[in-house]
Amino acid sequence: MNYSENIYKQLKEAITDHERILIELEDLHSYSFDASFGSYLPEFVVQVKSAEEVSKVMKIANKEKIPVTPRGNASSLSGGPLPVKGGIVLDVSLWNDELLIDPDDMIAIVSPGVITARIDEAANLYGLMYAPDPSSSNISTIAGNLAENSGGPRGLKYGVTKDYVLGLEVVTPEGQIIRTGGRTVKNVTGYDLTKLIVGSEGTLGVITQAILRLVPKPPSSKTLMTIFDDLVRSGEAISKVLSSGIIPSKIELMDQASIIAVEEYQPLGLPVDAEAILLIELDGHPAAIADEIVKVKEIMDMKGARNTVIAESDAEATELWKARKLVSPAIVRTKPTKISEDATVPRSKIPEFFKRLKEIKIKYGVTLVVFGHAGDGNLHPNIICDKREKEEMIRVEQAVSEIFTAAIELGGTLSGEHGIGTMKASFMELELGEHGVDMMKRIKQAWDPNMIMNPGKIFPEKGQKLVLSE
Amino acid sequence: MKEVEGLAYNETFSCVQCGYCLPACPTYKTMKKETHSPRGRINLVKMAAEGKISLEQIQEPIELCLGCRACERVCPTNVQYGMILESAKEVLNRKEKQESSAAAKTFNNILFKQLFPKKRNLAKASNLLWFYQKTGMKKLAHKTGLINVLPENLASFDKIIPEISSPSERKKRQQILTPDGEVKYRIAFFTGCVMDAVFDRINDLSMKLLQAGGCEVVIVPNQNCCGALHSHSGELDLAKELAKRNIETFEQESFDFVVNSAGGCGAMLNEYHHLLKAEPEWAERAKWFTGKSVDISVILSKLELPLKREINKIVTYQPSCHMKNVQKVEKEPINLLKSIKELTLHRMENEDMCCGSAGIYNIVNYKESMEILDNKMTDVKKVSPQVIVTTNPGCLLQMKLGIEREQIQHKVEAVHLVELLAEACNIV
Ligand SMILES: Cc1cc2nc3c(=O)[nH]c(=O)nc-3n(C[C@H](O)[C@H](O)[C@H](O)COP(=O)(O)OP(=O)(O)OC[C@H]3O[C@@H](n4cnc5c(N)ncnc54)[C@H](O)[C@@H]3O)c2cc1C
Ligand code: SF4
Ligand code: SF4
Repeated sequence: MNYSENIYKQLKEAITDHERILIELEDLHSYSFDASFGSYLPEFVVQVKSAEEVSKVMKIANKEKIPVTPRGNASSLSGGPLPVKGGIVLDVSLWNDELLIDPDDMIAIVSPGVITARIDEAANLYGLMYAPDPSSSNISTIAGNLAENSGGPRGLKYGVTKDYVLGLEVVTPEGQIIRTGGRTVKNVTGYDLTKLIVGSEGTLGVITQAILRLVPKPPSSKTLMTIFDDLVRSGEAISKVLSSGIIPSKIELMDQASIIAVEEYQPLGLPVDAEAILLIELDGHPAAIADEIVKVKEIMDMKGARNTVIAESDAEATELWKARKLVSPAIVRTKPTKISEDATVPRSKIPEFFKRLKEIKIKYGVTLVVFGHAGDGNLHPNIICDKREKEEMIRVEQAVSEIFTAAIELGGTLSGEHGIGTMKASFMELELGEHGVDMMKRIKQAWDPNMIMNPGKIFPEKGQKLVLSE
Repeated sequence: MKEVEGLAYNETFSCVQCGYCLPACPTYKTMKKETHSPRGRINLVKMAAEGKISLEQIQEPIELCLGCRACERVCPTNVQYGMILESAKEVLNRKEKQESSAAAKTFNNILFKQLFPKKRNLAKASNLLWFYQKTGMKKLAHKTGLINVLPENLASFDKIIPEISSPSERKKRQQILTPDGEVKYRIAFFTGCVMDAVFDRINDLSMKLLQAGGCEVVIVPNQNCCGALHSHSGELDLAKELAKRNIETFEQESFDFVVNSAGGCGAMLNEYHHLLKAEPEWAERAKWFTGKSVDISVILSKLELPLKREINKIVTYQPSCHMKNVQKVEKEPINLLKSIKELTLHRMENEDMCCGSAGIYNIVNYKESMEILDNKMTDVKKVSPQVIVTTNPGCLLQMKLGIEREQIQHKVEAVHLVELLAEACNIV
C-alpha cells in the first residue's frame, strides 16, 4: 500500500460517512482555489461535522505528517484556504447545524460552518445583533471570519470579529480538543488563547465551536451622502465628525475612479468630476440620530462639500447605498482580474495615502480604484488587470509592493481585515521586523511541532516574493 | 478541431471566485460539494479548457446543473454563466456524438430532431408516457446507458399529466380573437410545443384573457418549437435552425408583441439575439424578434382585466427560473396575484430556488431532481397554501408531482397563473 492509499484507509476509518471524503480529480480541483490568486490541488478533501472527526483527522495527519488546510467557503482574499503544500483540505462548511442564541447572557453559540449573516439574523429575533459585518457576510463562514479576524463597515463604531469572541473550542494540530475563554465578557484566567486563535488563519488549530458576544440592536439608522471636489477636504471632514463626538456606524468612501466606473456601468447621476463621495450612516435612538445627522451635514457644508443629501426613508437610504454596492461589479468590466488590497493607515494619514496611491498608479501605469471604510483608515485599493497578461502582471506586482511599503511608512499595516495568507507573507518582516516575526514563528512551533497546520501561510519561505503572474 | 475547442474559456475569467453564488445554487445545496456549485463548474470548464482535467471528468458536474441561472442573478461581476454552461454542453455533446453508438444517435435524433421541432408530432401524443414509450426512449436509454429513465419516474409523471384534448378539439381553436372595443395591442401568440401538447387549455385561457383585456390575438401558423431544450442539451445548431424558422414565420405578420405563457420558452425567445449574434444576416432580425417577445404577465399587467370574481384562497408563488433570471420578469406576476380580490399571497422562503424541473432534467436526472423538489416542498408546506401558482409548464408539472409525493393532493393544487386569473375573470 502506498502512502496515499494508507492515508485514505485511515481517513475512512475516521469518517464513517465515506461520501464526505473526496478524492476524484474534479472534486480536488473544486477545492483548489479561493477568491484570491493561484490554485493548488489537495490530495483529499474531508468534510467534517464534529470535533471528534476533526480530532481523528488531525491525529492521522500529525502522525503521517501530511498538511491540513481548514476551509470555510473559500472567500478569502489572501490565499488562506489554499492547500499550497497539497495534503488534506478540511472543509467545515457543511457543519452549520448549531446556532444557539442565549438572550439572557447575550451570546450566540455556533458551529464553524454557520454563515455570518445567519448569526445576525437569529440575534435580530431577540432584538440583538451580531455586529461584525464583512461585506461577504452572506457567504463567509464564522470559522473563516474568526480565522481572518474579519471586519466590515460597522467596524468603525463596533469593532471587528475579535471584539465579539468570548470563547472557542479548538482542535490542536496534535488532535487534542481544547476550550479557550468562556461565556463571560470578563475573563483573565491565563493567557488569552482565544485572541491568539482569532486571526491565526488556520495555522494554529481548527476552530470547532465559538461563543460570540451579542449587543442590543440599534432601533434605527440614518444615511447621508456627500460629494467632495477635493479628496483631502473629505478626509478633513471625516476627522471633524469623529472629533465632534459623533461616531457613525459607517463611513464609506468612493474615489473618482470608482465614481466613473459606476456611472459607466449603471448611470445613477453621480458627478464624475468629483474626487470623492462619502456615505455616512448613523445608528441609535431615532431622536438622537435625527439630531446628529443634521450636525454631520453642517460639518460637511462647513468643510466645503459640493452637495449633501440626507435620506428621508429607508428606501431612499437603500438607493444611496446602491452607488457603493455597484462599485464591485462596475470596476471589473474593462478587465477581469481584481487584486483587492486592504492596506490600512491611521485615519489622519488618509489624504497622504491617497497621494501616494496616485503616484504609484502613474508610475506603474496600472488601473487603480480606491474605495472602502474611510472612517477607520481601512481602504481598499483595487488594481484591475488581466492575469493572462504577463507583462502587465509584473507591473501590478511592483505596484502592490509599493502600496504595502507606503502603508507601513505611514504608520499603517499590510492588512486591515483580509489576512496575510500567501499574498502578503513576503512583506511580514517589513512591518514586524525580524524578531517580531521570529516570536510568532516560535508560537507556531510550540502549537504545531510537525508544521502540518496550513503550511505556507503567514510566514514567508526563504526568498519568497509576491508572484501574481502565473 | 481540438476536443475542447468551443468552451467559453474567456468568459470564465470574469469569475472572481467570490462564492456569492453558492447560497443561490440548488444543486450545491442538495449535493453538498463545490463541484456542483456555479463557482466550481466555472472553474472546471476553465480547467478543461486548459487541459488540466479531461472532458469526461467535467461531464457529470455539467450534466447535473439545472441551468436555472439563479447564480447569474446574484453574481456581483455579471459572469455569463449561461454561456459557459451552454458551451460546455455543446462540446460534451459533440464529443459524445463522435464516440457514441448508432443506438444513441437514433435516440438523439428521435428526441431532438423529430419530436420537439414538429408540433404535429407532439399534438398526436395522448400523454407523456405515450411519448416516452413511442419514442423508444425507455429502451434506448437502457441500452445506451445515456439516461436513467426508471419505471418509478414514468409512473409518477403519468399521474400528473392532465387529460389531453383530442386532435379534433384542438383543431377547433380559433386562429384569431378580436376584442369587443378598441384594440389595445395586436398580439402574436407563441404556443410552444410541450405547453401546447400538454396544457393547451392554458394557452386557450391565455389568449382569452388577452382578448378580455382588449387585445387582438393571432396564432401565427407554422410556428415552431422555441429550441430551448435543444440549446440546453448542447444541440446548438438545431436550436439556431429553429430560431431562424420562427423569426421567418413571425416576420410574415404584423403585431405589437409576441406573447407566450411558458417562462422557459420565453427565455429562449429572449436569447435569440445571443444565439444568432455571429451570423450577420440574422443578428438584426433576431434582435427585432427578441425585442417583441414578452411574457404574458407583462402584457396582462398593462391591461385592465375584468377581475370580478373573488378567490378566497391562500396561494404561494413559485416563479419560473428562466422567467426570473433570464427574462428578468419578477414583479408582474406578483402584482397580478395581488390584484385578485380576496386572495392571500403567502410568499415562501427560498422562493428563488429552482423546483428541479428544469426542462427535461427531472426525467434524465430523476433522483437529483426529486431531492431538489423535496426541499422545495418543505418550504411550500411551511406557508400552508391551498394553491401553488407557477408560470411555466415544466414547473407546473413538477409542482403537481411535488404535491403527489407529499400526498397533499386533497388540500393543495398547482395551477398556472393564467388559470387563476381566468377564474377571477370568469373565463372558462
Ligand atoms: C467579495 C468579497 C468581499 C469581502 N469583504 C470582506 C470584508 O468586508 N471584510 C473582511 O474582513 N473580509 C472580506 N472578504 C474576505 C473573506 O470573505 C473573509 O476573509 C472571510 O472571513 C472568509 O470566510 P470563509 O468562510 O470564506 O473562509 P475561507 O476563505 O475558507 O478561509 C479563510 C481562512 O480561515 C481558515 N479557516 C477556515 N475554517 C477554519 C476553522 N474551522 N478553523 C481554523 N481556521 C479556519 C482557513 O484556513 C483560511 O486561512 C471579502 C471577500 C470577498 C470575496
Ligand atoms: S458569484 Fe459570480 S464571480 Fe462570484 S464565484 Fe459565483 S460566478 Fe464567480
Ligand atoms: S444554473 Fe442553477 S444549478 Fe446550475 S450552477 Fe447556476 S444556480 Fe446552480
